[in-house]
Amino acid sequence: MSIDISQFFKVFFDEAEELLAEMEKLLLAVDVAAPDAEDLNAIFRTAHSVKGGASTFGLNDMSEVTHILESLLDRIRRGEMALTAVHVDAFLAAKDILKMQLDGHRNGAAVDQDAVANVRMMLQELSADVAPMPPVQPAPAFVQTEVRASFAAGGRRFKIELPVVEQQDINALAAELGLLGRISVTPIDASRHALILTTHESLDDIIAICSFVLDPDELKIFEAPALTPEQRAIEDAARAAVEAELGYGFFDPLEPDEVTQEAVELSDDERGYGFFQPIEQIRAAAESVATAPASIAMPVAVRPEALDVSEVAAEKKAAARKDDKPAAGSDAGSIRVSIEKVDQLINLIGELVITQAMIEQRSDNLDPMLHQRLLGSISQLTRNTRDLQEAVMSIRMMPMDFVFSRFPRMVRDLAAKLGKKVDFITNGAATELDKGLIERIVDPLTHLVRNSIDHGIEMPATRIAAGKSESGRLFLSAAHQGGNIIIEVADDGGGLNRERILDKARQNGLAVSDSMTDADVWQLIFAPGFSTAETVTDVSGRGVGMDVVKRNIAAMGGTVDIRSARGFGTTISISLPLTLAILDGMSIRCGDEVYILPLGFVVESLQPASEDVKDIANRGRVVKVRGEYLPLVAMHQLFDIVPKFTAPSEGIIVILEVDGRKAALFIDELVGQQQVVVKNLESNYRKVSGISGATILGDGGVSLILDVPALLRATRMDEPALT
Amino acid sequence: MSMTSTSNLAASKDAEGEGREFLAFTLGSEEYGIDIHKVQEIRGYEQVTRIANAPAFIKGVINLRGIIIPVVDMRIKFKLGTPVYDQFTVVIILNIGGRVMGMVVDSVSDVTTLSADEIKPAPEMGDTGASFNAEFLMGLGIVGERMLILIDIDRLMSSSEMGLTEKIAA
Repeated sequence: MSIDISQFFKVFFDEAEELLAEMEKLLLAVDVAAPDAEDLNAIFRTAHSVKGGASTFGLNDMSEVTHILESLLDRIRRGEMALTAVHVDAFLAAKDILKMQLDGHRNGAAVDQDAVANVRMMLQELSADVAPMPPVQPAPAFVQTEVRASFAAGGRRFKIELPVVEQQDINALAAELGLLGRISVTPIDASRHALILTTHESLDDIIAICSFVLDPDELKIFEAPALTPEQRAIEDAARAAVEAELGYGFFDPLEPDEVTQEAVELSDDERGYGFFQPIEQIRAAAESVATAPASIAMPVAVRPEALDVSEVAAEKKAAARKDDKPAAGSDAGSIRVSIEKVDQLINLIGELVITQAMIEQRSDNLDPMLHQRLLGSISQLTRNTRDLQEAVMSIRMMPMDFVFSRFPRMVRDLAAKLGKKVDFITNGAATELDKGLIERIVDPLTHLVRNSIDHGIEMPATRIAAGKSESGRLFLSAAHQGGNIIIEVADDGGGLNRERILDKARQNGLAVSDSMTDADVWQLIFAPGFSTAETVTDVSGRGVGMDVVKRNIAAMGGTVDIRSARGFGTTISISLPLTLAILDGMSIRCGDEVYILPLGFVVESLQPASEDVKDIANRGRVVKVRGEYLPLVAMHQLFDIVPKFTAPSEGIIVILEVDGRKAALFIDELVGQQQVVVKNLESNYRKVSGISGATILGDGGVSLILDVPALLRATRMDEPALT
Repeated sequence: MSMTSTSNLAASKDAEGEGREFLAFTLGSEEYGIDIHKVQEIRGYEQVTRIANAPAFIKGVINLRGIIIPVVDMRIKFKLGTPVYDQFTVVIILNIGGRVMGMVVDSVSDVTTLSADEIKPAPEMGDTGASFNAEFLMGLGIVGERMLILIDIDRLMSSSEMGLTEKIAA
């Protein structure tokens, strides 16, 4: 049982998280000056869905915040309030609070109750200073608009007298009507009850809802004048007492202010006509709203046809509401699967690929004439396996949007903090990348984006002086290029300062010269402890960044490239392999052992002439390849192997390149080229220096994958061997 | 994972109850026992892939149905018996806290149930003949003429002495 509930919780947490992310995205996209009604509706729906889920699971803190948020959003989307930048900020803050609360429920993360209270205050204040929007179209063609406008400031209060019905029907009805506004149940006599509803909804909606439970003809609906603040306070206190008893601490705070205004507005015309108005009068009032209130006093017979029309309208609305639902739950065509299941599937496919390779290997010696049909089937199996593998691998692929969607908010906040203006433009958010890489790219990208805003883009005044637009532009893009994904962070800011980087490099004791190429100079900023920022801000500039960025990306098998032009901006380009799980490898042999070299690092392989191999006293050997002297790394020395050949001219050297640096690896022979499934050594063992992972060969044996960047680092630091 | 967590529970419960089950194996002339709950399976020795620059007792890694696991030879580690590898060489596959590893021993004898009073505390001195640190000893299991040296395999395999886990490497 408990397992079942926790499963539902997990689904809710996942969904709520998605909904909140969606809300943030919509909020950032919304045009404050002229908000699109559909956007506002979408934002409202996300808040509503979170609230629904939170209440279902009894997460009262979340449902309380969403309730205020939702009420406010509701009024904005109805045009009763104008959307302002202040609102958007408040909503974003509320979203953060909700996320915090969500994390609090999910992993017991700390929830800052002060912040929660602050945001609630902020939202409540916004709800308080209601600025009724003037009706968009003054033409009275559609009576409903007018009615709404006239009551825009608050809700209307209806008294619904029910016939004798079951208590459960009353409860059901009260719950339904409760969705429209505030509801309370009061007994009329021993067997009958009345519902008091305060709502912005029209009478027709109320009747439509009631008709699900009751025959509308049996209902008596009156419009009640609003309570005076004193009356309301008494009622509130009474309800608060009841609710406190029930365990709801929170009480909707929007009402008192509304009531004040409502009371003022209504007191003149409505107050004079008795405590409750009969339904017919309200309807008449609604239909002749432009005329004087005097007409309200005249009793008007119920006209069935008018009721029919309104019912049709109500049905249409209900239908429209149903249409909204699937849009909110958007991904009806997908299922949630735990990542373990996917990984298990990928492992199994890996096994299948190995088995298939094994069969292929063993069928190699068969006579093609005698076993033609068997060999035909095997080649078909090979094709099918590859297709299956590709299909399964694609499950792990996620769109870059998963990463990109975090940035608009960050850019916005950061730019505001620094007093800069930044237009943030993303491109290629649909580009897919392995989930494992997606998660690891977030931190480096965050750092680069922060850097671009902090150091790259200039202050508005500087930009104008330089003849640029006031707002800087920050591009974030992703694209596939061969087997790699290229992610670029580009800004149109000041660009890197060559002189300052060189100065700083000298200060840090790095070997530099003025004749270095730009590309080499830019690479200097990846050195540890390197920051050219004039002042250290809390955004960036502490010099613990770019080297970490570079290291993280290198750990993912990727590379970083910088292009920059003084005064025109900087582009940082990250190239990553699409997936970590499969690798194009070259199998090499040294002694009895077979290792895998990731093909991406291999430039070429050749057999050197003995005169091209030179010893440098105490510094190892170099090999001359096309006029270039490359450090020579002997595989057998590195891995303590008894080799077949000890002279490079007898074996093979493989030229490896990482980040523009090359080295030659001396091995016995090349075995072949194959796709390998990368297995982690660390899951059951530990990191082995010089080895990045392992794979399973066609014969079921294990082969280790060389960590080429580490091997090259070792040569650069003049370390004779790995330790 | 789940197997291990339940096994810990079961082990502690059994300790007070009827007794605990131990897998008995030999290294040289000594007979050892480890908690049966830590044992995933027993298999024959197969070709390992050597890991360069690793201690000699770490034979290398093998492919256990798609996962790569390290194999250690206890005979080399504790200098007991002769490390020969033939069709009778046995590898005990252990699952310790979710990490899987293989342990080469001379032979596996049986599974023995020891009651609480059959488990004697380990002597202070290393006079059991066991050539490893006394902190990995749980005690001695005495059944009639037999004496099992009970190893806390959990602690032993996670120890820095074995160097099988990351924190030691770092």
